[in-house]
Amino acid sequence: MSADVELENVWIRFGDFVAAREVNITIEGGSFFSFLGPSGCGKTTLLRAVSGFLEPSEGRVKIGGQDMAGIGPNKRPTALIFQNLALFPLMTVWENIAFALEVKGVGKTERRKRAEELLDLIALPGQGDKMVHELSGGQKQRVAIARALAAEPQVLLLDEPLSALDLKLRQHMRTELRAIQQRVGITFIYITHDQGEALTMSDNVAVMSEGVIEQVTDGTSLYDHPETPFVASFVGENNLFRGRVTEADAQFTVVDTNVGPIRARTSTKASLSKGDSAFVFVRPESLKFTNGASADNTIKATVHTEEFEGQFWQVFLDVPGGDKRIKMSLVNDGRQLGHAPGAQVDLSFPAELAVALPEGPLAAE
Amino acid sequence: MNPNAYFRQFFTRNGTALGTFLLLSVGFWMFIMILLPQAFMIDFSFRHNLPPAEIGGPQDTYTTEHYEFMVYGSAAAEGEFNTVDLGVFVRTLIAAFFVTLFDLAICYPIAYYLAHSASGGWARLMVLSLIVPFWVNEILRAFAFRIMFGSAGVINGFLMWLGVIDQPYDFIRENVALYAGLGYAFILLMIFPLYNAIESLDRNQIEAARDMGASWIRIHRRIVIPFAKPGISSGCTMVFMLSAGALAAPQILGGPSSLWFTQIIYQWFQTGNNWNRGSAYALILLASTIVFVLVMMKVFKVKLGEIAR
Repeated sequence: MSADVELENVWIRFGDFVAAREVNITIEGGSFFSFLGPSGCGKTTLLRAVSGFLEPSEGRVKIGGQDMAGIGPNKRPTALIFQNLALFPLMTVWENIAFALEVKGVGKTERRKRAEELLDLIALPGQGDKMVHELSGGQKQRVAIARALAAEPQVLLLDEPLSALDLKLRQHMRTELRAIQQRVGITFIYITHDQGEALTMSDNVAVMSEGVIEQVTDGTSLYDHPETPFVASFVGENNLFRGRVTEADAQFTVVDTNVGPIRARTSTKASLSKGDSAFVFVRPESLKFTNGASADNTIKATVHTEEFEGQFWQVFLDVPGGDKRIKMSLVNDGRQLGHAPGAQVDLSFPAELAVALPEGPLAAE
Repeated sequence: MNPNAYFRQFFTRNGTALGTFLLLSVGFWMFIMILLPQAFMIDFSFRHNLPPAEIGGPQDTYTTEHYEFMVYGSAAAEGEFNTVDLGVFVRTLIAAFFVTLFDLAICYPIAYYLAHSASGGWARLMVLSLIVPFWVNEILRAFAFRIMFGSAGVINGFLMWLGVIDQPYDFIRENVALYAGLGYAFILLMIFPLYNAIESLDRNQIEAARDMGASWIRIHRRIVIPFAKPGISSGCTMVFMLSAGALAAPQILGGPSSLWFTQIIYQWFQTGNNWNRGSAYALILLASTIVFVLVMMKVFKVKLGEIAR
């Protein structure tokens, strides 16, 4: 069984510090939902409010339509997987997995049987009698998942559980976590600062910064249609041009920047009008060398370096009056680029692949 | 590794001066401070109690009479067994056992609170207030307990004010003062091993268990206590050994009609002027407490190495 999780106007304060500010989110039952943000943005605090280790200072947490106020973590239909997993070192693997059943007073044979089933689910059959320290990192990971699932929660909460693993295992576990989620069909709420994890696994992602939910949407929209400068600069890479709006309609906005006027898509959410300070974001892969055909936007730049990465060429360029070097990514199609450092080039990009947003805080580098 | 190579390596690692100092000081500690006195005691306990002139003479042979006396009493006395000494011995061990349990029951919550709930300044204040009373001399503390538990003491005064009792209760005669005094005397030796053990437990494990619906009792029974077992054993061992072997508190706080086994030992050494019998009694106490602790460790599946951790 899976349940919707609703956060209604949730505020969490620690003294003067606001860890979560006016959070309104509905997480659909049975979906894989991620909170993505830099460390200290309040995402773990929100997770603790859902699991019940923390009561929000204001607002309501509802699970399956039921208000969770005053209900402790041991009574909520949630199970939490800790960042360090918190497996019990003095118990065997199967006792760890069956702990939630032991709490419920299930008999030993039944517990053992259920533990074996879960061990099958996480592809560790017959490993129940091992001690936790005999397992590898990835195996411990899976045991922690099985232990949480044994409680038959409606919502599984995961607090950066992959961060301790090495890159290869992490990528493998992403696929595996997503597969387990689809097999058991319950709601997964996943906390991470790794956008790769959030984008690959989730149905929906909430990007958080300084206690505020910046945007909630699916992975592709998050990448292609950022609604705030923070999201545009935090998710993926983006080139930023600052300027002032000279023209604005529902489709396109023209911003006068240091590289000249740029015509960019008007963000669905943001309202920009003439004279406003604005940011224009252009992805490195949206930039191309001008090939003579007319384009919406053309800017002049000086090549700084070209880096060959095999699959891609990364070209770093200086623009007049720019405070940062801009970056262009080109797929390696077999052609040598061969621009000498200092070469003057023209770059172009279509208006649909640039987005104009109101000025606002950016993600830290 | 053969001993020669081991010593050579020991000296190259520490240098000649430091190596010699370490060997000599550890050797002094082991032989002069521990083994030699115990060896003398053992030797004493197997010899007759002779006037100084006859020591080393033909009368000075080995005997087990002192051990037999502890069990059977003097040949002249009535009854088969030395019921007085045996009774005191058993009572002392039982009382020490309960004092240990009592300390464990009091100290476990305090240690848990210090390790996982108290925050910085408050925790330091608590530790300080636990330690400061022990700057006062042990004898003085015992007398303070005697005054407190006396018929005109604060405790009787308070209970009478509350109306729980209408005339003073004799805490001294009933040994309540003694047990309280003993319990208090070794409280730090229980708290600190417990605190050290509990403090190193990952808080997330407690939260994980709670998240899975475990009650506080189950969390302690399944997670905290198994984890803290080495600390619990270490604390219990120390408190049990020291209360069974305590002398000052029973002398000052003990009731007039009951003896602590150490008081009997003391009497043989001092008033009885029979060091040989005193030694035998002391060794019996030492051996019994060690055996008792080892049996307890076996029962609770604790290894000796874990206690030393």
